Amino acid sequence: MAKKFLYINRKAPYGTIYALESLEVVLISAAFEQDVSLAFIDDGVFQLMAGQDTAGAGMKNFSRTYKALGDFEVKKLYVERESLEERGLTLDDLQAITYEDENEDYAEKPAIQLVSRSEMAGIVAGQDVVLSF
Amino acid sequence: MSTLHTVNKSPFERNALCSCFSHLSAGDAVLMIEDGVIGARKGATTAAMVQAAMQKGKVYALASDLAARGIKAQDVIDGIQLVDYGGFVDLVTQHARTVAWL
Repeated sequence: MAKKFLYINRKAPYGTIYALESLEVVLISAAFEQDVSLAFIDDGVFQLMAGQDTAGAGMKNFSRTYKALGDFEVKKLYVERESLEERGLTLDDLQAITYEDENEDYAEKPAIQLVSRSEMAGIVAGQDVVLSF
Repeated sequence: MSTLHTVNKSPFERNALCSCFSHLSAGDAVLMIEDGVIGARKGATTAAMVQAAMQKGKVYALASDLAARGIKAQDVIDGIQLVDYGGFVDLVTQHARTVAWL
């Protein structure tokens, strides 16, 4: 039976390996047909920033991989509003990530959902398994 | 001779930037690198702390680390100077010592 998995991402990309490792584990768990959600809290919101350019830093740019999550049935990316605001960011600073809804003639729908800190607490409370990165 | 301080941690993650700022001498320079560049974002709750430190010394940020994290040059706090890796080396040579705040 599918369990509800939540992956909490709290680190900026590139400075540490956490963001990339989380993405790898998410893709693996999706292959086992679990009910996967991702949460982006604190500096984790920087993982979804639009226009990441790592050429100068000489690192692999994995930001496009988030756009492919929909193809792996990962459709719920929760971004915490307060975390964006504290960092001077808005939803417009993040890349657009969509998935195709098979129940509605494969209509493209946004995968990112902006939630408040208290709503995020509720999302955590509704999970079977929570993994932190 | 003055000191170059490098900070490579986000101010939201650790207090390295805050601690660095409270240990500045007149004429010192601070260079934000790696996740440290998150402190350079305009509109962040940490911006006032950065602006206060800029009264004491110059603040720089490594452009390629900003770009990697999707932070555009126009979204950087006014007065922070962007440098490339060559500029990083120049800053090291222009100061008597370098202190890394990890």
